[in-house]
Amino acid sequence: MNAKLSVRDVEKSFGKKLDRKVVLDHVSLDVGEHEVVCLIGASGSGKSTLLRCINLLEPIDDGAILLDGVDISEPGLDPDPIRRRIGMVFQSYNLFPHMSVLHNITLGPTKVLKHDTASARSAAIELLDRFSLADKADAYPDQLSGGQQQRVAIVRALAMKPELMLLDEVTAALDPVLVGEVLNVIRDMRAEGMTMVLATHEMGFAREISDTVCFLKDGVILESGPPAQLFTDPARAETREFLERVIASGRL
Amino acid sequence: MTSHDEGAGDLSAPSRVPGAPTRRDEWLRRRRRRSTVIALTSTVLTFGILFVVVTNSSGWPKVKEIFFNAERFKEDFPELLGYLWIDVKLFLQCAPLILVWGMVIALCRNTRNPVLFPLRVFAAVYTDFFRGVPVILTIYLVGFGIPKLGLLEGEFHFLGFGGSWTSPYLWGPIALVLSYSAYVAEVFRAGIESVHESQRAGARSLGLSQRQTLRHVVLPQAVRRVIPPLMNDFLSLQKDVALLSILGIIEVFRRASSIKDLTGNFTPIVAAAVIFLILTIPETRLVDWYTARQRARTGGSVVA
Repeated sequence: MNAKLSVRDVEKSFGKKLDRKVVLDHVSLDVGEHEVVCLIGASGSGKSTLLRCINLLEPIDDGAILLDGVDISEPGLDPDPIRRRIGMVFQSYNLFPHMSVLHNITLGPTKVLKHDTASARSAAIELLDRFSLADKADAYPDQLSGGQQQRVAIVRALAMKPELMLLDEVTAALDPVLVGEVLNVIRDMRAEGMTMVLATHEMGFAREISDTVCFLKDGVILESGPPAQLFTDPARAETREFLERVIASGRL
Repeated sequence: MTSHDEGAGDLSAPSRVPGAPTRRDEWLRRRRRRSTVIALTSTVLTFGILFVVVTNSSGWPKVKEIFFNAERFKEDFPELLGYLWIDVKLFLQCAPLILVWGMVIALCRNTRNPVLFPLRVFAAVYTDFFRGVPVILTIYLVGFGIPKLGLLEGEFHFLGFGGSWTSPYLWGPIALVLSYSAYVAEVFRAGIESVHESQRAGARSLGLSQRQTLRHVVLPQAVRRVIPPLMNDFLSLQKDVALLSILGIIEVFRRASSIKDLTGNFTPIVAAAVIFLILTIPETRLVDWYTARQRARTGGSVVA
């Protein structure tokens, strides 16, 4: 087994018996070390839920999720040591508004990894500097633009030195100008060899950055493959239809 | 400069001196001046009419003599002021205990661990009970009832107050703490629940445990959010300290009513009211100042 992350036959549904809604229907997915996988599909297709399940924020109903070959979805397993190894970035940033940018970033390293404050701060400042945010260290999240907030959120996840990053539609709440700066950060992470799973609506970006693209519809991965093939010559009619709609809306 | 600007004519301000007020500024200033004039006029009118109606009523001379007697006020006010410290002291003893105990109750109600289920039930019953029973009854029951049990003998020493284990200075504040922490617990709980789930997700995704998430992410935001409603409860605590007089604690209100009993004049009660206002108004201003500062510090724009 050499996949960094392996999702096996995962099932997930919300709601009680009668109005049960299946959100993930026998989803399987392998992500190798340094690989970048993009999840595309309409809203409600299960992309976000899949990412939340991988990070154990949502329990799965059946199947297994393996990190380095170890089942992390085992019921009763302490999720905290696993989440430490997986970075997650959310659509709405989820920064802590009562803490300065620097404090947001050092919280994990100091409280979870038990690093001392001084080294956590210097590591955080180094990261902020790398993403041209050094002058924002003492600002509060509400004083930043959306793009800056999202970059801080990425830095916050990176400060934990994760082995895997999950990015959940991280540009969906941003205007086109700010999207660019966030995408640059993701390109940067790819260049550094970060293993990533992204849910995204930015098709051009998905095409450029990913090694594998998965198309989800109604909780099923209908098709996956290298971007060159999936975007130009999709095997499934549903994929073609989805891409045509995206093109029609001018997002590709 | 484009030709478009020149053609705009009346609509755009003609080339103006930098820093000079724009037409918009002028308009805003006119509007502000107008609202000030209106507010002033209506205030003067309202209070003027009230004053005329009250002072011309048939009973006014008598009411003035009994409630607003200047001589009595001059005599009683300084004396009552001497008892102010008792009220403040009782308040200062109760307030921190209420905060701590209220937080404990709120946290008990928020536990999700099945082992701690009895704690949840206890907290729910506690808040239902003490919010449902009038404060004055709690003071009676605790203040008179517990000392009568005769379980405790001898002396106690605590936060500057000491004395008999049956002292009203012990059981009075305890009654207030029991009652008020039920309200404060509910305020804390509301604050905790108001912190959006995404904040927890953000913290947990970093690997923070449930406890760390509560401690570093949820509680700081919850507490900040509930400071204004908490202050509301504490204002009412400051006033309810006067209820302890039924246990025989001599403080501002108790002293005022004995002066009233001696002289048959209600002016000392009015003087006591003034003293409570002197106490509570700065407290409200303090919260306003705090909230404004907090907002300025963490940024974010305010909707006009």
